[in-house]
Amino acid sequence: MRPDQLLAPTPSGLCCKPGGFYIDPVRAVDRALITHGHSDHARPGHGSVLATQETLDMMRLRYGENFAGSTQAIRYGETVTLDGVTATFRPAGHVLGSAQIAVESGGLRIVASGDYKDAYDPTCAPFELVKCDVFITEATFGLPVFRHGDAAHEVAKLLHSVSVFPERAHLVGAYSLGKAQRVIALIRQAGYDKPIYLHGAMEKITYYYESRGIPLGPFLPVRGAAKTDLAGSIALCPPSALNDVWARRFPDPVTAFASGWMRVRARARQGGIQLPLVVSDHADWDGLTATIAATGASEVWVTHGQEDALVHWCQMRQLKARPLAIVGYGDEDEGATPADEATE
Amino acid sequence: MNRFAELLDRLAYEPARNNKLRLITDYLRATPDPERGWALAALTGALSFRHAKPALIRTLIAERTDPVLFALSYDYVGDLSETVALMWPAPARRVPSPASGGGLGRGPATAPPPDELRSSTSPASGRGEEAKAPTLTDVVETLSSLGKAELPAQLARWLDGLDETGRWALLKLVTGGLRIGVSARLAKTAAAALGEHTAQDVELVWPGLAPPYLELFAWLEGRAERPVTTDPSPFRPAMLSHAIEESDFSTLDPAEFTAEWKWDGIRVQAVSGRDEDGTRVSRLYSRTGEDISKSFPDLADALQHDGALDGELLIVRDGRVQTFNVLQQRLNRKAVTAKLIAEFPVHLRAYDLLHDGEQDLRELGFAERREKLAAFISKLNDPRIDLSPLVPFDTWDALTAARADPASAGAGEDAAAVEGVMLKRRDAPYVPGRPKGLWWKWKRDPLIVDAVLMYAQRGHGKRSSYYSDYTFGVWKSGPDGDQLTPVGKAYFGFTDEELLKIDRFVRHNTVERFGPVREVVHEPDQGLVFEVAFEGLQRSTRHKSGLAMRFPRISRLRFDKPPRDADRIETLERMLDRIEAGRATTVAPAIESPKAVVS
Ligand SMILES: [Zn+2]
Ligand SMILES: [Zn+2]
Repeated sequence: MRPDQLLAPTPSGLCCKPGGFYIDPVRAVDRALITHGHSDHARPGHGSVLATQETLDMMRLRYGENFAGSTQAIRYGETVTLDGVTATFRPAGHVLGSAQIAVESGGLRIVASGDYKDAYDPTCAPFELVKCDVFITEATFGLPVFRHGDAAHEVAKLLHSVSVFPERAHLVGAYSLGKAQRVIALIRQAGYDKPIYLHGAMEKITYYYESRGIPLGPFLPVRGAAKTDLAGSIALCPPSALNDVWARRFPDPVTAFASGWMRVRARARQGGIQLPLVVSDHADWDGLTATIAATGASEVWVTHGQEDALVHWCQMRQLKARPLAIVGYGDEDEGATPADEATE
Repeated sequence: MNRFAELLDRLAYEPARNNKLRLITDYLRATPDPERGWALAALTGALSFRHAKPALIRTLIAERTDPVLFALSYDYVGDLSETVALMWPAPARRVPSPASGGGLGRGPATAPPPDELRSSTSPASGRGEEAKAPTLTDVVETLSSLGKAELPAQLARWLDGLDETGRWALLKLVTGGLRIGVSARLAKTAAAALGEHTAQDVELVWPGLAPPYLELFAWLEGRAERPVTTDPSPFRPAMLSHAIEESDFSTLDPAEFTAEWKWDGIRVQAVSGRDEDGTRVSRLYSRTGEDISKSFPDLADALQHDGALDGELLIVRDGRVQTFNVLQQRLNRKAVTAKLIAEFPVHLRAYDLLHDGEQDLRELGFAERREKLAAFISKLNDPRIDLSPLVPFDTWDALTAARADPASAGAGEDAAAVEGVMLKRRDAPYVPGRPKGLWWKWKRDPLIVDAVLMYAQRGHGKRSSYYSDYTFGVWKSGPDGDQLTPVGKAYFGFTDEELLKIDRFVRHNTVERFGPVREVVHEPDQGLVFEVAFEGLQRSTRHKSGLAMRFPRISRLRFDKPPRDADRIETLERMLDRIEAGRATTVAPAIESPKAVVS
């Protein structure tokens, strides 16, 4: 079987015709296998959804009980057979519950990795390498200038700033699902034990992480807090809130933003950020290239991001590589800076 | 160096002066000698070594990266030093932090993460030796003695040892492209805060000090006596004025004041004296104490007086004072050539005498100092240095008339270089800083037009949640009838309350968004009219309207006025004609010189 007979890009997303399913479809389909809970990958309205328990729970939190006709939870390492095609879920290290999906038929194995990272993250299972013939990778940070370094060092920068400016609030923009919890976990690991203030939009998901045995608290809601209480505090909010009227309640805030994009100064300056924190939920350039090499794949498909450089890199290594050009990914998580989303 | 780089990085993003101060003081407190001294030298612009050329940096990176990947990266980042800093293939040698168990993704060992297979990119500089992060001290000391041929290999070794931010700062430093956004004065103020001292205290001892300033830090931290100044021509902190308001005049007695023209040049302090060996040491300082002698060798090297003069640096051709516009042309040139000097001869118009030889005059009243100054200047008999004339007046009305028409009130042909009048209390001592009530500046009435808000952009720092930067336009006839054409940008002049009003207007009347910029409705009967005040006007090929305003600001909000009643481009053109005919107000370039912002 040729690889593109097993899996092929369609307008609805990656389709496995022989198995009768889609992976992370961007339109409603009969049968969907979902890698993780970010809204660009996990959309509502499918007939049946197969995903990890955490991913299903996150979809339920976001879309309500009836987000799909039926659901089935699958554990890491578990395999299902669908019309003769097997699919195995493996940790992707991206956010809680995130998975790569290894699709196999007739001795051919394709791994659709969804979004992934190979860097340390105390809030989710670490990335697991799966040998394969074809590796499908994202390329959000697919340029050699993106090297994310040690996230703990970035959090140390934040805490140092809190000690230099004890009377100002430190407002940290972070994507609500995954990034925020990882930043909080790293803040806790660094020994900061005071309550952390949360924007209303990230309360539910953060408490969900805690319910899955990831201790992050104590927390206080920003809502209703007095300006004087917020002095000296650390508060987390979605990036779009940083420049919103919402942020005016904080006393002379230091605006921080935790994102892989913060590696590039122009991006940080564009967003009016004072304290860029280079913390990413996606693999950096070294992570992407090391992973591709380690999978042993002879062919690489690139789903979304900066595909030019990554495809070029593969070709230099005599690997077959092509961009899939699927429209619809990268709308959430790290796809944007807090440029112009302010609402009143 | 990594720590210093982090400070620079943070300073680059921090807009507020007080916060910058805190960051620098924090760094100086936490960093040992001599590292912090070299850092202070870098911040005050006191470091000097031969800079590396960008071509060298390009060669280094070309030897280590694929050209296509470099091109894609450079294109994305847009800055050479930053691109190289980020993609430099440093040996995979990052120190794992204890909390994370490894920045490269070493999670709990259930399954081997692929980073085990991360190519440990070949140590770029080779030689097999482990690259160590250099300190700023290493860098400065090595660069001062390093031969040109050794620079590439040395630079590569340093880059191998540093992290991304460290590499960025090093590359900016060695190529001379470090723009820190911090004045020497600010850095000295931050150093002073290490102890119970003020910036003035530091300023007084500064001229006798050299990096890495061990004796300065020892004194600031109370471990040693105040360093003795042996500099024969030190800077004395300048006395500054307040802007006068209409309402102030009723409280002031004209008999207690003298008036002079406010010249539109550069405030300087010209100091000259002899060191222990009898050698003359002359310097020109800016009003913040930066040594600017190198930019004006024609004046600095000619100084022969013993003492400290305070005055205005101006271009004088054939006995006529030229406008700031002309001075700006000299300032714009990097190299001070003989041709430039001949074409733009500088001149000192003195208005105060702080030291006469060894004698400190600053405690005397202005009238007394002025008498000594007049005698000093006439004895000096230097064609490059003259006395700023007084403007005679006995009532405020008389002074108002003089200010409105300097040409007939004594300034004559030099009137175009007058930007207002200065009022000085006769009995005022020379007090560093900006004391209340002693010196006043009274600028000429600004030019005013009514213009329509077209685009608004978010501000920075405290203002980042407000649309506080505005592009405005006036009417111009075109093929499709009257259209608004942008004529300037302004981001101050309004009160906080007015800012809220404008911000609300922008948010409710956006027609399109471009990143942080919003296009705001601007139709004949829909939109917001600003009264815009500005200091000067000149022709400009860079602006679509062909005009550029100097120092524009929002002087009033005209919610009452429909945009159709705003001014037309012809109004501005008439103003420009008048200015060019030399009759009206200042002619000065449309730059926001720091001088304009703070004076
Ligand atoms: Zn994702
Ligand atoms: Zn994604």
